[in-house]
Amino acid sequence: MQVKSPRDFWAGVMFVAFGAFFVAWSFAHYKMGTAVRMGPGYFPAVLGGLLAALGAAVLVKALALHGAKVAALHFRPLILVCLSVVAYGYLIKPGGLAVATAAAVFIGAFAGHEFKWKEVSVVAVVLVAFSYLVFVKGLTLPFPMCPEFVENCPIR
Amino acid sequence: MEVLDNLMLGAQVAFTWQNVLYCLIGVLLGTLIGVLPGIGPVPTIAMLLPITFNLDPTAALIMLAGIYYGAQYGGSTTAILVNLPGEASSVVTVLDGYQMARQGRAGPALAIAAIGSFVAGCVATLIIATAAPPLAEVALKFGPAEYFSLMVLGLVAATVLAHGSLVKAIAMVVWGLLFGLIGTDVNSGVLRFTFDIPELADGVGFVIVAMGMFGVTEIVTNLEQQGKREVFVGKLTHLFPTREDLKRSWAAILRGTALGSFLGILPGGGAMLSSFASYTVEKKISKHPEQFGKGAIEGVAGPESANNAGAQTSFIPMLTLGIPGNAVMALMIGALMIQGIAPGPQVMTDKPQLFWGLIVSMWLGNAMLVVLNLPLIGMWIKLLQVPYRYLFPSILIFMNVGVFSLSNNPWDCLIMSVFGLFGYFCVKLECEPAPMILGFILGPLMEENLRRAMLLSRGDATVFFNPVAKPISFGFLLAAVILLVIIALPNIRRKREQVFVEE
Repeated sequence: MQVKSPRDFWAGVMFVAFGAFFVAWSFAHYKMGTAVRMGPGYFPAVLGGLLAALGAAVLVKALALHGAKVAALHFRPLILVCLSVVAYGYLIKPGGLAVATAAAVFIGAFAGHEFKWKEVSVVAVVLVAFSYLVFVKGLTLPFPMCPEFVENCPIR
Repeated sequence: MEVLDNLMLGAQVAFTWQNVLYCLIGVLLGTLIGVLPGIGPVPTIAMLLPITFNLDPTAALIMLAGIYYGAQYGGSTTAILVNLPGEASSVVTVLDGYQMARQGRAGPALAIAAIGSFVAGCVATLIIATAAPPLAEVALKFGPAEYFSLMVLGLVAATVLAHGSLVKAIAMVVWGLLFGLIGTDVNSGVLRFTFDIPELADGVGFVIVAMGMFGVTEIVTNLEQQGKREVFVGKLTHLFPTREDLKRSWAAILRGTALGSFLGILPGGGAMLSSFASYTVEKKISKHPEQFGKGAIEGVAGPESANNAGAQTSFIPMLTLGIPGNAVMALMIGALMIQGIAPGPQVMTDKPQLFWGLIVSMWLGNAMLVVLNLPLIGMWIKLLQVPYRYLFPSILIFMNVGVFSLSNNPWDCLIMSVFGLFGYFCVKLECEPAPMILGFILGPLMEENLRRAMLLSRGDATVFFNPVAKPISFGFLLAAVILLVIIALPNIRRKREQVFVEE
């Protein structure tokens, strides 16, 4: 057996794996019920089976016909951008809006092609000011401005 | 004239100064974000959705609709000025629009796009006003079987528009349906696929999935391309199209409007299909087909009118049936639900102010686009010259603010990044995220209607395809099958692949 179309092959693997997982999990944890009175497991099990079957079709085709390779993966921007998003979410309550925004901007900026401390700092400052004026003041979103340890935050 | 009465009611709602203001803000913000290359209407709406949460439902929808046309128009601006479409529906605008800009005719290209869009918008608004009420009346008679079959048709139609392999697109739809089931099962109260994580009990937020799969993924894929963007920097000398331009364009505008209005109503249709179809038609019937791709103004006028008409008439299935025809409408449904309104045919009878106000505001929004954007083009050009290394951190922050403000829970940011990762791998494996998003929003609805239909028919599955007892449901399923067969035909398949390769 030889993989002739790697891109489709991996897509097929992904579909089969997730489809099989949904089927197995549904059978293991939820009542199936009958076609008249479907239990919570019925629909996901059917869909999971369908997904796995479609995945299998993609797989078979990938083994039979020549096709494209998987495009090059760039993990650096991927991981840094995701990290930047997560950092924002988990820093905003303990650290306040400014800390979270700055952290997200700096981590995110590392994902770019060039990183200049000065430039990125300016972007961060501008975005903090913008967030404060537009989102907190203007749209009154309840974002904390100060870190958690500051009681009675003076900025509001 | 009932239509006129309804439009009057709508005008009373839409022309209050608050709603005019919200429409204006929406159009402006939508254009502002939509102009940024690589950001189409879906991420734009997803990003700006949270700012409408505090408004009343009518104002929120008016603003969102404004954001939608704004983003659409912004995408066209980018397509003409930068050799880069902001979104799928302005892909064909690039072909001739950018060539016009290079010949120093960016002004007329932008102007004709705006004029065409406005004409299309006026016609489409009238079509919605006349077609929606009878459709909603029919829809009120739909039972669960009809709804289920209609959703099947919608999902099948969505796969027609996906790039690449049909099987993969269908698999993505199914996968989306499965993701939609995460959370509490409404019938039994059982928590499904939540893995004991309390945040998953209510399911995964639609906005979060959309922003992850479109926004985050988009940024990452943009960052990996080193290529420089070529921005039109010459001065805009004259803005207005010449008499000759208008003479060549008006028929294209009308044809584009007709085509777009029709294709927009179809499930799975909308702006993108309309613009492709219009470009093909214009090229076919033109006396100078050789000019296409070299700056033919019809190649801008037709598709731009078509995509705006399609964008608007795609509101029809969303408003009357409660079923989204494309990812943007899925977001609109999401917005309605967040506002506590159950989408469906009853919206028109229960909330006539909202319904008709929204429709009239569509016309208003289109008028604003023409008035605002022509003088503001200089500003959009400036914006396009901002390097991406300043832009993407800002986009990241806006997305973060949007997602975090949904429920002030860091979990949502985590989930967004997970779907960003996931979306990235999907793009690399050439699996389209758009069909998945549609599946995602329809998942729970489909299950609900399937269960109810089966319960009512006492387990008789023929309830979906019995031509005598359920002709409507049968018709929907038949249409779905025919569509699948047509796409699977080798000839058509090759054509379809060609269209997408041209991008």
